[in-house]
Amino acid sequence: MGKTATFERGIHPEYHKELAAGKPIVKAKLPQRIVVPVSQHIGAPAKPEVGIGDEVKRGQVIGSTTGFVCSPVHSSISGKVIAIADFPTAVGKMVQSIVIEGDGKNESVDFKENPDYMNMGADDIKAVIKDAGIVGMGGAAFPTNVKLSPPKEKTIDTVIINGAECEPYLTADHRLMVEHPREVVEGLKIIMKALGVNEGHIGIEENKPDAIEAMKSAVAGESNIEVWSLEMKYPQGAEKMLIKAIKEREVPTKGLPMDVGVVVQNVGTALAVYEAVRFGKPLIERVVTVTGAGIKEPANMMVRIGTLMSDIVEQCGGLVEGAVKVISGGPMMGFAQWTLDVPVVKGTSGILVLAEDEYVSSEEYSTCIRCGSCIDVCPMGLNPSMLSILSEKGFFEEAKEYNLFDCFECGSCAYVCPAKRPMVQFIRLAKSQVKP
Amino acid sequence: MATEAKAHELIVSVSPHVRGKETVERIMWTVNLSLLPAFIMSVYYFGPLAAYVTGLCILSAVLSEHIYQVSLKKKTTIGDGSAFLTGLLLGLNLPPSVPFYIPVVGSIVAIIITKLLFGGLGYNVFNPALIGRAFLLISFPKLMTIWSEPTAQFVALDAKTTATPLGILKEGGLDQLMQVFGDKGDLYMSLLMGSRAGSLGETSVIALLIGAALLFYRGYITWHVPFSFLATVGVMAWALGGESGFFTGDPIIHLLSGGLILGAFFMATDYVTCPSIRKGQIIFGIGCGAITMLIRLKGGFPEGVMFAILLMNCFAPLIDRSVKSKMFGAIKEQKK
Repeated sequence: MGKTATFERGIHPEYHKELAAGKPIVKAKLPQRIVVPVSQHIGAPAKPEVGIGDEVKRGQVIGSTTGFVCSPVHSSISGKVIAIADFPTAVGKMVQSIVIEGDGKNESVDFKENPDYMNMGADDIKAVIKDAGIVGMGGAAFPTNVKLSPPKEKTIDTVIINGAECEPYLTADHRLMVEHPREVVEGLKIIMKALGVNEGHIGIEENKPDAIEAMKSAVAGESNIEVWSLEMKYPQGAEKMLIKAIKEREVPTKGLPMDVGVVVQNVGTALAVYEAVRFGKPLIERVVTVTGAGIKEPANMMVRIGTLMSDIVEQCGGLVEGAVKVISGGPMMGFAQWTLDVPVVKGTSGILVLAEDEYVSSEEYSTCIRCGSCIDVCPMGLNPSMLSILSEKGFFEEAKEYNLFDCFECGSCAYVCPAKRPMVQFIRLAKSQVKP
Repeated sequence: MATEAKAHELIVSVSPHVRGKETVERIMWTVNLSLLPAFIMSVYYFGPLAAYVTGLCILSAVLSEHIYQVSLKKKTTIGDGSAFLTGLLLGLNLPPSVPFYIPVVGSIVAIIITKLLFGGLGYNVFNPALIGRAFLLISFPKLMTIWSEPTAQFVALDAKTTATPLGILKEGGLDQLMQVFGDKGDLYMSLLMGSRAGSLGETSVIALLIGAALLFYRGYITWHVPFSFLATVGVMAWALGGESGFFTGDPIIHLLSGGLILGAFFMATDYVTCPSIRKGQIIFGIGCGAITMLIRLKGGFPEGVMFAILLMNCFAPLIDRSVKSKMFGAIKEQKK
């Protein structure tokens, strides 16, 4: 225990975690109205199971799965369905959403508790996780039960809980580990059981000593679970980088973690798994970090899925004068919002409000001076400079030869670029123009 | 909702939403600053004329860029400091006493032909200042090889002329070089401090190293190009540069003479015209060193740094293509 591990290259952005790191998780107010998109995950959208006028309770399924790679959605309040229509979401797309007007009673369906959860079979665990609508809560929102069901030919020997939280500003996972370490460990044990794996790791960046401490005491006595102190470096929390740091295995190009026998789950996901398996509670709330110089009172909040960002922002004192940008997620990979009337979904890790002085314009940029800074920091060992130039000039096929599709858009190249080039955007453009 | 009024003022742009503080301007002006010690020493050794020549280079370089861009209705980029740098480098690469049209013509060739016609900063194949100098050397061979004595502090056009150490070495060998400078210690000292004939900014090794230290400190250059360049020159000078057989040469004379230090730290390291991938930069540096020594020992010119860098500039894109950095996950065998 107690090793500092990391990957090659990467960047050291300003972290600004101090804004919210010390704020205990508080429960957000019961929202008056929620907007629940039927697609909050990677895969097929869920199918609405309710009609306009229907009464629903907290925890009730309102959208059911339509395939294997899909996840059901639940109501997080009790009330009446008032609309089913397309609404804006934090990623910019319009998505069919179920709008529920709350009755203020917060009535729940009965959750099926199971104190004997450690004796459940793998398939039962996966079924519960699927029915609870659990998806990766680090941001990608891939259905967790699918991740826990690798194809037969892949042998999984390791589970890693991702507590790196390398995105600047965000502290949601940090607070979870400090406040609910036992539950996270139990979640990890359940995930290990579902996969039939006997080796667990928890990777945490070294800038969260209290979280490392808390997790270490929580795993005391668990001989097969190890807590790792990881170097503070972005993107330490990217799956591939995390696996490299802890297991020294490299996920092959175009491959997945399961190709090297590893499954990675986020801290929040582990907690959700525990709550689903132990208490029968579906994924209807999550911790959201509300932070940045543009928000009056930064906080870590337990927010019901479907709550509008505007509600949350208001509970945090509102925006300060000169707040210019609202981001869903972290500053490196998050999405800028044009309206605050978008719902918090399962993958929303933070609401970041940047003030004028934190804002950097990306409108003006110059030609690439080939300084090579981006090559020095790319965690994937790509040549972002070449990729951006090729994409800028429309040579998309050529960009493919420079391993375009190995880029996971972490933004390190754009962060260091002295010419302020929109590197990630160039790469996305090229990706959209050619087939992988 | 209370926040609604605000919502329409939100800025929407692509990730990442935070950026590092480094800018092209900051890099370029820092490189300009790092050449200040060398510039001061050039004035110290060669008098006010040095400031006049270098100043004229900078002025013509900046003006040509500005006029070209304005007349083509493009945004002027003279603020980024790169045209200033090209002018400064060209000036420091010129002999002390040249007529006014030499800096002007050299700067125009460097900026307009070498840089802007190829697409501007970032797209030029060759180091602009070096093409400017090469053009002048070939077009005005006489004027470009009149070397003033470094003692001409306040004398101008009628300064006494002499030969550069490498010139003496080429024509008269090591013995003659010793006659001029006394013993080896004096020679090394002169080369280090810069009291010898040569291009304006190339003579004072110590001043150049102070500037290079700043660039290393700021992380603007890495060891890859300069050290592989210098190491190759050193090894080749020692192995092949001796007058009494192999492995008898004096690497120190070669390392401290000519434009090597200026070239290795400030010209070969030019981002645009050297490979971007570190491994490639080592190949580039070795190539520069090898060609430099080939020219110095076997070629028609006493000095080869300029042509070496320019030749290797041609290969930079090719080197980058062939040494692609090791990609994450590109390995076949997995450690399990």
